[in-house]
Amino acid sequence: MKSRDDKTHDPARRAFLGAAAASSAALAAGAARAAGPDPLITEVQPWASEFGDPVDASPYGMPIHFESQVVRRNVEWLTESPVSSINFTPIHALEGTITPAGCAFERHHSGAIELSKTDYRLMITGLVDRPLVFTYEDLTRFPRQSRVAFLECAANGGMEWGGAQLEGCQFTQGMIHNMEYVGVPLSALLEEAGVRPEGKWIYFEGADASSNGRSIPLEKAMEDVLIAFYANGEALRKEHGYPVRAVVPGWEGNLWVKWLRRISVYDQAVESREETSKYTDLMPDGRARKWTWVMDAKSVITSPSPQAPIYHGPGPLVITGLAWSGHGRIRRVDVSLDGGKSWQEAEIEGDPQPKALTRFRLPIQWDGSEMILQSRAMDETGYVQPTKDALRAIRGLNNVYHNNGIQTWWVRASGEVENVEVG
Amino acid sequence: GPAAAEPLGLGRPALPEEIAAWDMTVLPDGTGLPEGSGDVWTGDEVFAENCAMCHGDFAEGLDNWPVLAGGAGSLQDRRPVKTIGSYWPHLSTVWDYVHRSMPFGMAQTLTPDDVYAITAFLLYSNGMVEDDFVLSKENFAEIAMPNAGGFYPDDRPETEYPEFTGDPCMSACAAGTEITKRAVKLNVTPVGPDGRPAGTLPDLHLAAAGTAAP
Repeated sequence: MKSRDDKTHDPARRAFLGAAAASSAALAAGAARAAGPDPLITEVQPWASEFGDPVDASPYGMPIHFESQVVRRNVEWLTESPVSSINFTPIHALEGTITPAGCAFERHHSGAIELSKTDYRLMITGLVDRPLVFTYEDLTRFPRQSRVAFLECAANGGMEWGGAQLEGCQFTQGMIHNMEYVGVPLSALLEEAGVRPEGKWIYFEGADASSNGRSIPLEKAMEDVLIAFYANGEALRKEHGYPVRAVVPGWEGNLWVKWLRRISVYDQAVESREETSKYTDLMPDGRARKWTWVMDAKSVITSPSPQAPIYHGPGPLVITGLAWSGHGRIRRVDVSLDGGKSWQEAEIEGDPQPKALTRFRLPIQWDGSEMILQSRAMDETGYVQPTKDALRAIRGLNNVYHNNGIQTWWVRASGEVENVEVG
Repeated sequence: GPAAAEPLGLGRPALPEEIAAWDMTVLPDGTGLPEGSGDVWTGDEVFAENCAMCHGDFAEGLDNWPVLAGGAGSLQDRRPVKTIGSYWPHLSTVWDYVHRSMPFGMAQTLTPDDVYAITAFLLYSNGMVEDDFVLSKENFAEIAMPNAGGFYPDDRPETEYPEFTGDPCMSACAAGTEITKRAVKLNVTPVGPDGRPAGTLPDLHLAAAGTAAP
């Protein structure tokens, strides 16, 4: 590999290298024999003697302050207004598969609105036998279903179509969350209204000013779409559509209409702004794909990653990450330490759920040398996550959406990790 | 599939006034348009009052606000300019979106005649009509958008999935491993006080020494 030492004079990097060297030395000494008794053990600590917080201190708790880095972050220059914008889930710091709602990413087109259950109304109109209005209470009386599903923004990784741009998987893959939803199958609501034979398309719109109207073919609507009011055990967060949102498993996040106020049945697609101007994917011949609903199989190593460097020096190292597919279950994830020359199969945790985040891990012995880390997901259809170059060979550079290309991390001998492309 | 469930009798009939208030969608064939009309010059005035502070006097866009006109023929350029005139397939979408969701921060304040006039002005700004043009419910469907034929339904099942399906290479694979792009070269990621990417996990060795950032 080429020499890439041009960052040596960067102060932050020098500080990092110094700290890494110091910690390696401490670790080496510790591994051999403690220099002396550890006062954290030999001296009685305050928390082993005095009281902690009482049970009435925190009726609804927040994470301990030591975890203050595990928060949503935004990148101002990505959009022109913070109310039609995006922020990012700190996936570099999370484990397992369920995303805590409080740090699960947001994407609004006219801000996160406040809509009470009392003020909430849902209307079903169009090609139905009985146009209906439901209150929130009405919705709670339908038989319920539960399912875990990932919501990935169509634009997740979109800034990386042209090259390596942002530093950290929070920023390059973090327009995603994965929650356990409870709600009513859309099919039950449609049956209540009675879809007419000529009704072929469902149109969702939200109660917010942007409305975020989207068209969905009736087959998908009847298959597995949920009208959800619980996520991860509690009511939806305001910013995630309180009190009611659409859950459209496996399909691009824009279709998961929040603050859902109207479901209409039409004989054709509406071809709204959010499925013509936006969420259409420009191809090299100047034409564009429309209705690219499914999110294809994808994965990313969440640690090590640029925001999760290796501080502990050589020896045992856990490589871990997330894989997902809008087509069904993840069947396998392969990991490469050498930029894709050779691959080994990672361990998959538990039973992967269809169209849901799946955790993989590969424990290795790191010898302290450079690595070029990649992960490659395979789903139950046999689809294998492509490289970015393989996608660009078909789609060019201006697709904007649906970047599921393999991510590369360059792990340096110092333990620092960079977002790079290889070729 | 399973037999249709018996209706539970939940909800109540939607009233015509309620449907009219919320179901204002306009379909590509013009279905859903209300009565009304507006001409280019009226649209110019309404646009100047409600829209030009973000989108510019000529719909060309100010600062980083969306450009609504121009970019014709740029869709194969390195940096395409995707506007109503260069990219959007249907005029119905312009009417529908402006009527329901614009102006940004003050949506649903425009009358149908305002929206006909703004739409006429946007057609003029994109060089699609003369300055005496009057848009109405009656002639709406006659307007052909330049990029109406520019879209096709998702074809990944034909153009990508066969190529990306099958047993992948596991060893001695032909992969180039020269580093060609580095995000640190751009340096556009938010950073913490230590210069590292914002949200970087703390070094527990430093925290133990009491030197970690708060």
